[in-house]
Amino acid sequence: MNWAGYSNLAIVTSWVLFLVAMVLHGLEWAFAGRIRAGGAQRTKAREYATVGVGNTGDDSSDTEFSSAAASESSTPSARSERFGRMGLAMTVLAFALTLLGLVARGIAAGRAPWGNMYEFMLTAMVFIVGAYLVLAIRYGQRWMGLFVTLLAALGNGLAVTVFYVGVAPLVPALHSVWFIIHIVIASIAGAAFNIGGIASIMYLIRGSKRGQNWFPMLPDQKKLDRLAYGAHAFAFPLWTFAVAAGAVWAQYAWGRPWGWDPKETWALITWAIYAGYLHARATAGWKGKRAAIIAVIGMASFWFNFIGVNLVFSGLHSYAGI
Amino acid sequence: MSVDNKVEAANTGHRELRERPLRDTLRWSWRQLTSMRTALLLLFAATLAAIPGSIVPQRSISPVGVSDYLAQHPRIGPIYDAIGMFDVYSSVWFSAIYLLLLISLIGCIIPRVLVYAKAMRQPPTLTPRNLARMPEHRSATVALGQAALLDRAEAELRRRRFRVVRRADSVSAERGYLREAGNLVFHLSLIVVLAGVAIGSLAGYKGSAVVVVGQGFSNNLTQYDDITAGGRFTSTNLRPFSLIVNSFDAEFETGPVQTGAARVFSADLSVVDEPGATPREVTLEVNQPLTVGGTTVHLIGHGYAPKVTVRDGDGNVAFSGPVPFLPQDGNFSSAGAIKAVDARPERLAFQGFFLPTAVVDDQGPRSIFPGPINPEVFLNAWYGPPKVETGQPENVYSLDVTGLTQAQTKDGEAVRFRLKPGEVFDLPEGRGSVTMDGWDRWVKLQVAHQPGLVLTLIGVGFAVTGLCFSLFIRPRRLWVRASSEEAGECVLEVAGLDRADSRTGLDDEVQQVRDALVVSESERA
Repeated sequence: MNWAGYSNLAIVTSWVLFLVAMVLHGLEWAFAGRIRAGGAQRTKAREYATVGVGNTGDDSSDTEFSSAAASESSTPSARSERFGRMGLAMTVLAFALTLLGLVARGIAAGRAPWGNMYEFMLTAMVFIVGAYLVLAIRYGQRWMGLFVTLLAALGNGLAVTVFYVGVAPLVPALHSVWFIIHIVIASIAGAAFNIGGIASIMYLIRGSKRGQNWFPMLPDQKKLDRLAYGAHAFAFPLWTFAVAAGAVWAQYAWGRPWGWDPKETWALITWAIYAGYLHARATAGWKGKRAAIIAVIGMASFWFNFIGVNLVFSGLHSYAGI
Repeated sequence: MSVDNKVEAANTGHRELRERPLRDTLRWSWRQLTSMRTALLLLFAATLAAIPGSIVPQRSISPVGVSDYLAQHPRIGPIYDAIGMFDVYSSVWFSAIYLLLLISLIGCIIPRVLVYAKAMRQPPTLTPRNLARMPEHRSATVALGQAALLDRAEAELRRRRFRVVRRADSVSAERGYLREAGNLVFHLSLIVVLAGVAIGSLAGYKGSAVVVVGQGFSNNLTQYDDITAGGRFTSTNLRPFSLIVNSFDAEFETGPVQTGAARVFSADLSVVDEPGATPREVTLEVNQPLTVGGTTVHLIGHGYAPKVTVRDGDGNVAFSGPVPFLPQDGNFSSAGAIKAVDARPERLAFQGFFLPTAVVDDQGPRSIFPGPINPEVFLNAWYGPPKVETGQPENVYSLDVTGLTQAQTKDGEAVRFRLKPGEVFDLPEGRGSVTMDGWDRWVKLQVAHQPGLVLTLIGVGFAVTGLCFSLFIRPRRLWVRASSEEAGECVLEVAGLDRADSRTGLDDEVQQVRDALVVSESERA
């Protein structure tokens, strides 16, 4: 097998591992969910009753389980924790494989591995999952695991099944140092926007009563809001720079800095939405829920700019068929 | 925006309203326009307004797309046209939104610049009477005199890069002044960016010309196929350079992956920067434009020009040379017309296709690869009486058949023929002949002068820098109070307030300042 073959093997495997990691995180949530579900709720499997054992302040300890559950070897919270750790380990593995696959792809092609939609999707996933792993391992934000692995499983799956193209050199328009700068910066910004977007979605879920029941492991809204803001504040200048770098490159490659190509237009739309988010957070009456909704719209716009524009419109940013 | 709101609250009174209704209405409108809420709504309106331009074809990008759209949508098309859907980014409504946004931005930023200029000169705020009311508050008892403790506090806060003012029984400190500066620089830079764009579109020009390899281009108006220029442009703005396209190399992927994708575009030029200068050799590639003074030359397209020789009914050469054909698809099936207006006794004309890699299958004649593997021309022929030279411009790529008759075979069928390089076709009834001598390539050069570009770039640079300042600098106020209780012992109070929301670490810093003032004391003891 050659480098391209190794790359494909690694990518397909990483996709499967992301799916496994997603299932593990799902189990983490499922077991965590039973802890706080409370005595009033009935599930098909078992019935739990809350016993007031004094409020120790630890959420996981003020619930006790009726006979069926108590007889089990380990408590749900420990199980949840175990599945969470397994999910994280699996995510690390899947991330490493995606990264290896991408590097092998780069070696096979003899260039930076983001010359078409397939490669760019994988690059974006490496940055998104990489950012999450830093948050999860260094800052204990493992609660994002389920959503990040879902995103990564979707992303790698889409790359493998829809966007796949064989290894090939670049078209002349991509022969530029901006090919590195523009795309790497846009990917980093994209990763941070996605982390911020996930935090904003969770903020909205955490704010609703039902969401609180369904996703009991979420941090409180204040923490989510702070994470969302931090991620967006980090991403926004980078995105600004990426759009500007794109304009500089466009001036070299196409002879105009800005031509309202669909990709350019949507990059600007995305930029404006995030500018709106940052302003909304500083405006009375727009803080909190409304700002979070804007952030989610921004994330949708980002993904549409990333994938939708290439699938729906024909423009200058179409390389290798898509 | 909070500053504006306060001013608004202070100034708006009912009595005033009654006294000067017009002035107050204007003032009220101005405040509405420059309020953050309006700015937000305008921002969203601008994003929404930008969307149709990415869905509906735009004249400035794809005029062919627009005419196709109009043909396919006879009912909605004209309505779209009337409301400017094909020119979204220069339409009245889009311009209105971004101009309002610009005014709103200026109206919001200028007062803030003034407020900031004042705030910069002001010392940190007075120490609040009740520090315990601040978001973070720590206290301790320190065995140190009031003056000595405040000295230490001052030193500690200066070390932490605060701006510090000593008061009677306290020290107030503030930092993060550059946050607002960054914010203002960012917004002002956006105006600079737009100014650059405006200058570019007023004083700049952009044109393109098709140049067959071996031929030249000199920078004057007659040589352009199309040119757009701003209101302040005159033809004297054209820098008098000239160039010759010596060769052009285009290579395409021949492997199984992405077959036919472009791999190399490279043109070798000889450029004469100004009349009389020594020519210099330049390689023009896609990401490597040529710059002559402030004028840029980009390689933005290429195509094929079949070389033909047309002999007329009298046996004389009526036309000979390359004729640029326009590519119609990714495999360079190219359409064009060959006009031998000097042919006698009748003028001759041909139209059809040049196919670099020709195949004929159930889809008809077409090219299946962009490179010249099997070049052929497919033509039909027309003839007619000589035409009077009118000097009227006509499309060189298509044939206007008025006054012409299509050549027919004896059976009454239209004459169609295909030629490979070196082949000759004799027209029926001795009307003449066509020889395909071979083919050349042509390149499409874009020549542009965009004078505002540097200003725009500078604006973007300042915008990004200002943005980073405004997002990452954390303005914070700290206060230290030492209340002298007994001789040699003070009650120390440290309190803090963050002036940007969602900031962390205030509690830590207040604690650290407290500890620094207390611990160092115990160390001494």
